[in-house]
Amino acid sequence: MRGNFSTITKMVSASVVAAGLMMSAPARAADDTIKVGILHSLSGTMAISETTLKDAMLMLIDEQNAKGGLLGKKLEAVVVDPASNWPLFAEKARELISKDHVAAVFGCWTSVSRKSVLPVFSELDNILFYPVQYEGEESERNVFYTGAAPNQQAIPAVDYLMSKDGGSVKRWVLEGTDYVYPRTTNKILEAYLKSKGVPAEDIMVNYTPFGFSDWQTEVSAIKKFGSAGKKTAVVSTVNGDANVPFYKELGNQGIKAEDIPVMAFSVGEEELAGLDTKPLVGHLAAWNYFESVNTPENKKFIADWHKFIKNNKRTTNDPMEAHYIGFNMWVKAVEKAGTTDPDKVIDAMIGVSVPNLTGGYATMMPNHHITKPVLIGEIQANGQFQTVSKTPGLVMGDEWSDYLPDSKDLISDWRAPLSCGNFNVKTGKCGGKGTN
Amino acid sequence: MKIFHAMGLTLLLILATLSSSGAAEADLRAIIAKFATVTDFSQTGAVVQELAATSDRAVERPLAALADGNLYIRMADSMVFIGKEGDENVQLFDPLSGEAAGEASPDDLTQIGVNNTLRRTIRDALGTLTLGSKDPTVRIAAADTMFKTPDAANIQPLDVAIAGETVASVKALLEQARAASILVSDQPYADKLAAIAVIGARGDRNAVSLLTFVEANASGDVKEAATAAIASINSTLAIWDAGQNIWYGISLGSVLLLAAIGLAITFGVMGVINMAHGEMVMLGAYTTFVVQQVIRTSFPGLFDWSLIIALPLAFLVAAFVGLVIERGIIRFLYGRPLETLLATWGVSLILQQAVRSIFGPTNQEVGNPSWMSGSFAIGQLAITWNRLWILVFALTVFAVLLYLMKRTSWGLRMRAVTANRRMAASMGIRTPWVDALTFALGSGIAGIAGVALSQIDNVSPNLGRGYIIDSFMVVVFGGVGNLWGTLVGAFSLGIVNKFLEPYAGAVLGKIVVLVLIILFIQKRPRGLFALKGRAVEA
Repeated sequence: MRGNFSTITKMVSASVVAAGLMMSAPARAADDTIKVGILHSLSGTMAISETTLKDAMLMLIDEQNAKGGLLGKKLEAVVVDPASNWPLFAEKARELISKDHVAAVFGCWTSVSRKSVLPVFSELDNILFYPVQYEGEESERNVFYTGAAPNQQAIPAVDYLMSKDGGSVKRWVLEGTDYVYPRTTNKILEAYLKSKGVPAEDIMVNYTPFGFSDWQTEVSAIKKFGSAGKKTAVVSTVNGDANVPFYKELGNQGIKAEDIPVMAFSVGEEELAGLDTKPLVGHLAAWNYFESVNTPENKKFIADWHKFIKNNKRTTNDPMEAHYIGFNMWVKAVEKAGTTDPDKVIDAMIGVSVPNLTGGYATMMPNHHITKPVLIGEIQANGQFQTVSKTPGLVMGDEWSDYLPDSKDLISDWRAPLSCGNFNVKTGKCGGKGTN
Repeated sequence: MKIFHAMGLTLLLILATLSSSGAAEADLRAIIAKFATVTDFSQTGAVVQELAATSDRAVERPLAALADGNLYIRMADSMVFIGKEGDENVQLFDPLSGEAAGEASPDDLTQIGVNNTLRRTIRDALGTLTLGSKDPTVRIAAADTMFKTPDAANIQPLDVAIAGETVASVKALLEQARAASILVSDQPYADKLAAIAVIGARGDRNAVSLLTFVEANASGDVKEAATAAIASINSTLAIWDAGQNIWYGISLGSVLLLAAIGLAITFGVMGVINMAHGEMVMLGAYTTFVVQQVIRTSFPGLFDWSLIIALPLAFLVAAFVGLVIERGIIRFLYGRPLETLLATWGVSLILQQAVRSIFGPTNQEVGNPSWMSGSFAIGQLAITWNRLWILVFALTVFAVLLYLMKRTSWGLRMRAVTANRRMAASMGIRTPWVDALTFALGSGIAGIAGVALSQIDNVSPNLGRGYIIDSFMVVVFGGVGNLWGTLVGAFSLGIVNKFLEPYAGAVLGKIVVLVLIILFIQKRPRGLFALKGRAVEA
């Protein structure tokens, strides 16, 4: 019922926005600019997360123009609003590519929105940079995944909790919002935990609807599950909006991080900005970037961001870093190819390496995923994360999980001559099915 | 001679204690100074252990500061200080004496990092150290910690503490902690059996947790006793669980009631399908946010009063917006439900986007005043303060509204207009104004619901979305036009939902409730408490 309602709402809001855009249809651009598409929701439920990414992209484009643009031309951002409406993402992507002739698109947040634009990008042959951590099980020629694959976030996070530093956790609650990312991630985690010898009765999986706000029963179930004489931890793939009431309930029911820590994959600085974090000190998150990371690159990035957004309190977060990396990679690949032609840029992208914000380098791998360090952070009283663990080296994004039976034989390599996103090493054929 | 001897001995003793305390302080400082050289958490842990091993109460201060992340190293001279973050600089205090030691810029200091494992180590260490504290709450916390992390080495200090304890409740906790420690020690079986009886009497989840651990590691009589104790605790807990579910249901019901009660007036009494109802709730929540912002910057002492200050303001803001909507749009659409639905829907989108443009799309932080945080226990029932206050608040709002409708002349006019508009008009009631004020009242109530909901939910432009469908569900289920129906509807939906959740999960539970409501509406289209009379047909 709620789903129906919000779909209709979204359609109405989308058409309102669409009408607004048509009225202000931009003049046909001159040939001395390169257009870059930004496909992030500025209204609707996802606006909370995606608006920031739009602003981050505008900042990066501004900075590139200040440096003299690209190939001697100025960059021009084309911003559209898909209004948190998945089918509209596809429409807007088509509009960006065929009407505005953008050279590349930076956008999407949810996996559903990405899935909905995939056919458009392969049909019209353009490039999408996807900046959010996701469930994997996908590798497309036209998409570059600058967020984390499960092995760059979920698996190292669980490894940390199992280690002595993390508290030698023996019992696991996998708590998630009911949609594709948590379900796939939890499937991978369950298989991984079992491969590490965790018995089935020590794993509890629970899902809640989008925007869930009454966590009393769930939190008391966690408490109950945690009183079996073994160290227990919660691995949370709870999505954005539902997190605030979840953490408030944890705090109120007195679940302390020292007793039952919660490791979250979707809670960043931005989500904590809406919360009093004092009762949450010590709960964990796994990302590839934290605002608190102390490097010169990051300090400059934060200073630039505050200047651009004219607000010293706005936080930076992991997907912003992913766009920073993706944009710089694209710039480098265009310079390498000497053209913005998507085919040539796609080939030039592989092997491109740019500095990330945590003092290392991000390199585009042949599977269109990048190398990242994995950081585990504990929430501090000031709403920031303190890094308590960092992988010694960079981790390569693994698109097809080794822990799922359907995908463990698949690899992806977009270099000639293989040029395949789902090559089955057992059968030696291109084409195979992941779990999605 | 003997006297001299004794005196000499005393003197020696005094001297010894004096010098030892002096030496002890120097020793402690030497250990604390080691914090400046640590490079990882395990080294910090080693220093913490060393401090704890001195058994000196003086280390309480630096350890507590470390656990809170307030221990700093001044980089210039590698000195360790307790820091308190000010506006710009960090104020420094001596780690042992707590005396002020000037201030320093955050750039010149390194914070000593702690993680969960370290915090636990510190908590355990502090537990043993603070057993002899004068403050009973500190002793209770210490007993609690020692119960959760039993250690054979704790038995002796606990024996001392129990002998000196005067408060009965604290004494019981200490005895439980001692029993827990005996269970993990190599004391004789008889002692262990007695300990299991003590812990079994405690009867909470922590006891189960400990006994499960014992059961897995013991054999013979002890194992059997542990199994029996777990079974008996679990059977008691099952009853408490049912009680807990009822409480959760009542609490969910109170949230539903709050969200729906304004709608019970605009939709229930006036018959306006107001899709912008959720946005009135959102406006109330944002009013709370603005009030708290002003209080934070200008009157920080008033923070605990922020919600009470926000209540009338939220009512006025939402009522005013409601009045504008009624006068501007809805009054032209009476009797045309479909158009009203679309128009108010448009209004809801406009309000959402307006708030998004003014406050930004991200969540805003609305703090909980101290009296809204935390929980208390009745037996094994944990009741959180914020839920309890929201229940009280929802019932108060309901009572006030009921009084307004049934006992005041304005309420009478309102009901007259609903029952028979023409007759009411011919009796001299200015029906347009009654309409406008009724709608404003419904909106205002939604606004104050927003103040309460800001305490448990996100304050974002989407806040209202989550409540609109539930509100309509409650009003339709309870019976349109009947306030009592809304009350009963809200609580029964809440309780059914919370009883289904543990078995069916939150997703399926919600679906089952919806299916049940659809079936119910088939049977009784007018809801639980249907209004009777000609008015309804009109």
